[in-house]
This record gives sequence, C-alpha cells and structure tokens, in this order.
Amino acid sequence: MSEYRLQTPLTEEDILQLKVGDKVLLSGIIYTARDAAHKRLLEALAKGEELPFPVEGAVIYYVGPSPAPPGKVIGSAGPTTSYRMDSYAPTLHKLGVKATIGKGKRSPEVKEALQKYKAVYFGATGGAGALLSKCIKRAKIIAYEDLGPEAIRALQVEDFPLLVVNDAYGGELYVTFD
Amino acid sequence: MRVIRASEISEAVAKLVVEANLFLPEDVKEALHTALEREESEAGKEILSQLIANYKLAEESGLPLCQDTGLAIFFVELGEEVKVEGSLKEAIQAGVRQGYEKGYLRKSVCDPFSRQNTKDNTPAIIHLDLVPGDKLKISFMAKGGGSENMSRCTMLAPAQGFAGIKNFVLKRVKEAGPNPCPPIIVGIGIGGSFDLAPILAKKALLRPLDKFHPDPEIAAKEKELLAEINNLGIGPMGLGGKTTCLGVKIEVHPCHIASLPLAVNIQCHSARHKEVIL
Repeated sequence: MSEYRLQTPLTEEDILQLKVGDKVLLSGIIYTARDAAHKRLLEALAKGEELPFPVEGAVIYYVGPSPAPPGKVIGSAGPTTSYRMDSYAPTLHKLGVKATIGKGKRSPEVKEALQKYKAVYFGATGGAGALLSKCIKRAKIIAYEDLGPEAIRALQVEDFPLLVVNDAYGGELYVTFD
Repeated sequence: MRVIRASEISEAVAKLVVEANLFLPEDVKEALHTALEREESEAGKEILSQLIANYKLAEESGLPLCQDTGLAIFFVELGEEVKVEGSLKEAIQAGVRQGYEKGYLRKSVCDPFSRQNTKDNTPAIIHLDLVPGDKLKISFMAKGGGSENMSRCTMLAPAQGFAGIKNFVLKRVKEAGPNPCPPIIVGIGIGGSFDLAPILAKKALLRPLDKFHPDPEIAAKEKELLAEINNLGIGPMGLGGKTTCLGVKIEVHPCHIASLPLAVNIQCHSARHKEVIL
C-alpha cells in the first residue's frame, strides 16, 4: 500500500495509480453534496442545465457540515454514509467526476462505474468531523444555499486524509461477507 | 407539589444539547482507549487514534464531535409530585431550538416528503414517562442518521427464542458493515409490542458501557452477543480488526404469548448522550 499527495482536479493518470488501501492526502478544491443537492444536480442535468461546478476531474465530498462558529472557516465536517448517493454517482462519473469521498459501502453499479469511467471512491473517517475540519482552509457556498447544511460548498482542503476504498480496478477495501 | 418553571427546563435543555454534542461521555472515551490498547489491526488502531484525537479536539475547540449533531431524542421522567409551570414539551422544544442555534449545531430535521429542513432541529422526539417523586429527569441523545438507518425491528416467532434473536442481530451487524461508523454500540429491545421494542432498544443505549443488565442471565446474553459481534472482524470503520462493537445493551419487557418482538438500534462510536435532573 502506497501513500500519495494529490491535487484537484484529478486526472486519469492520478486515478490509475491508486489501489485499494492506498493513503491519499488530497489538496485543492473539492465540492460538497449530499442527498438533497444530488437530487437537484440530476434534475438540472435532466433539464439540460449546466452543473454549478466544473465537473471534469472533480471530487465530490458527501458531507453536510455543522455551522461555522465565529473565527472558524467551517464547523465539523466528516463524511456521511455514501450508499444514499449510489443512484446518482454513475451519472456524475460519466460526466467526469473522478472521485467521491464518504464512508460505507457502495453498490455494484457504482463500483462498475468506477471501472468504466476511471474513478475512485475514497473513505474518510466517520465521526471525526472536528479533526477533519482542520484540513479545510476555506469554504464557500456555490449553489442551493436554501438547502442549508445540504448546500453545495467549494472547500479548499490541504492534505485531507483519505483511504482508497474502491479503485478503478474493481477492488474493495472493506471487510465483506459475500 | 413542587413547581418547575418552563423557562428553567428550556435553559437546562439548551445547555444539555450543546454539552452532549461537544463532550463524549467518559465511559465511551474509556472504551475507545481500551479498544486501542487491545486492537491488533494497524488500520483499526489508526482509526481509534483519530477518534481519540477527535474527542480531545472537540473539547478544546468547541466544535461538535461529529457534523451530524443528530435528531434530538429525549427520555423524560416526570415526577408525579412535580407541576410544570407552562408546557413541558414546548419547553423542551424551545431548549432544542436555542441550543442548536447558539451551539452552532447542525439542523438535521426535515419533512419526510418535501425534505424541507425545519431549520431549528425541531421537532425533537420526546418519550415521556410519569414516575414517583418530585424530580424531573431529562435524558438527551443526539442520534445520528447514519447509524439510525442501519437499525431494524422484526416480530420473531416465540419458537425462535434467543437463537433467533442472536441470528437476527448478527445478520444486521454484518449487513450494516462499515456504514454505521463502527465501533458501534448495539441497543436491543426484546418483548413488549411492535411499538415498544424499538423504544426499549433506544433506551438501552443510554446505559453506561461498563454497566451490564442487572439480571445476570440477560447480562450473560449481552456479553455473548458482544463477543460474537467482535468475532465478525469488521473492525473500526469496517477496515478489519477486533473492535467492531463497544457494548451490547438489552432491555426486555413481557410480550404477547404469540409474539417475540425484537428491535436492534445501532449507535455509532460517537455515542452522545447526557442527562440532567431538575
């Protein structure tokens, strides 16, 4: 298992070197989206509208942060459970999203999409939201502000600690019972 | 009759919800440290170390332990000799509103159909019980959605007995895998009715990790299930290891001769709860 420092947007070359269990410290801009934002993103696409962020090489972080107290960039900001976004993920990967960040298992359809569109699924530590917020240097709402914690934010992250849970080769990091 | 003002209750609740979200209970902290000492998987040890660093940082920084500051759940025991001046339930809701706003906690409650956020984390779920005495005990739990989603209940046939219960619990924990943020705590409600079993399971989660059920036979079942869950090897965050579960807590209640109701309420490692007695 290797360790990498990567910068967003991610390229196909970045993705293809990653294997299950690799550690990645990610820097650059990543976009937050969870249940309600995904629903709107897909509705926007269905209407032929553009997505509110540059999709090529993008990294989507499944998170709904807590409010930023005075003097802080953001509140706690750990990952939410990813399977709820499984039905949306293949479409976004097809458009160029290179990675998602969350916690928990993905569906066979998502794992297939990762192989087909050369993308990865990263795991971050669930329930370590205070700790992870230290890697977030800036946060700005860029779409769907009315969704509150579910609004889409552009986060500037520095050395955000991740594990490759599903790679572009069909690998799986989690303990499974199949 | 002892009189307690509604405003007093709101103030206590506002403080309670913030503190519970910032300070991990001592028994949970201790369980994480013990787990770290015993864990053999490298990935598991790293996760446990992060969780320990996280609770320390939450205490120092004033940031909540987890961004999911929960659906606010209350178990309230109202003494029969207490008269609340004003509305007890409204006082609790007002306290939730204040605490979640002033404590910079996330508002995570929405309409089930429109998914529109209520923007103040109300309504809280309140389980109210009348008890003897002149005290008001309010137990609060910040219940995260990730672990709640992994919870299940079922109606077993009486013939299935404890073997059936064990089978259902282990199957549930296996299927949940990494999703509910292991190491988990498993609250189990056995008996009662279709509606009571899940409430028992949730209430069980309030019991400190170092306290087993007072009935030695039930305590033995808690220990047996804990050992078997940890033998699954799911480990912290599902990355493998000995630490899948920090505790199994069972609550029981007599049930209909035809039924064996069973509920499994899964709690993540960020087991945030706190109580106040007025």
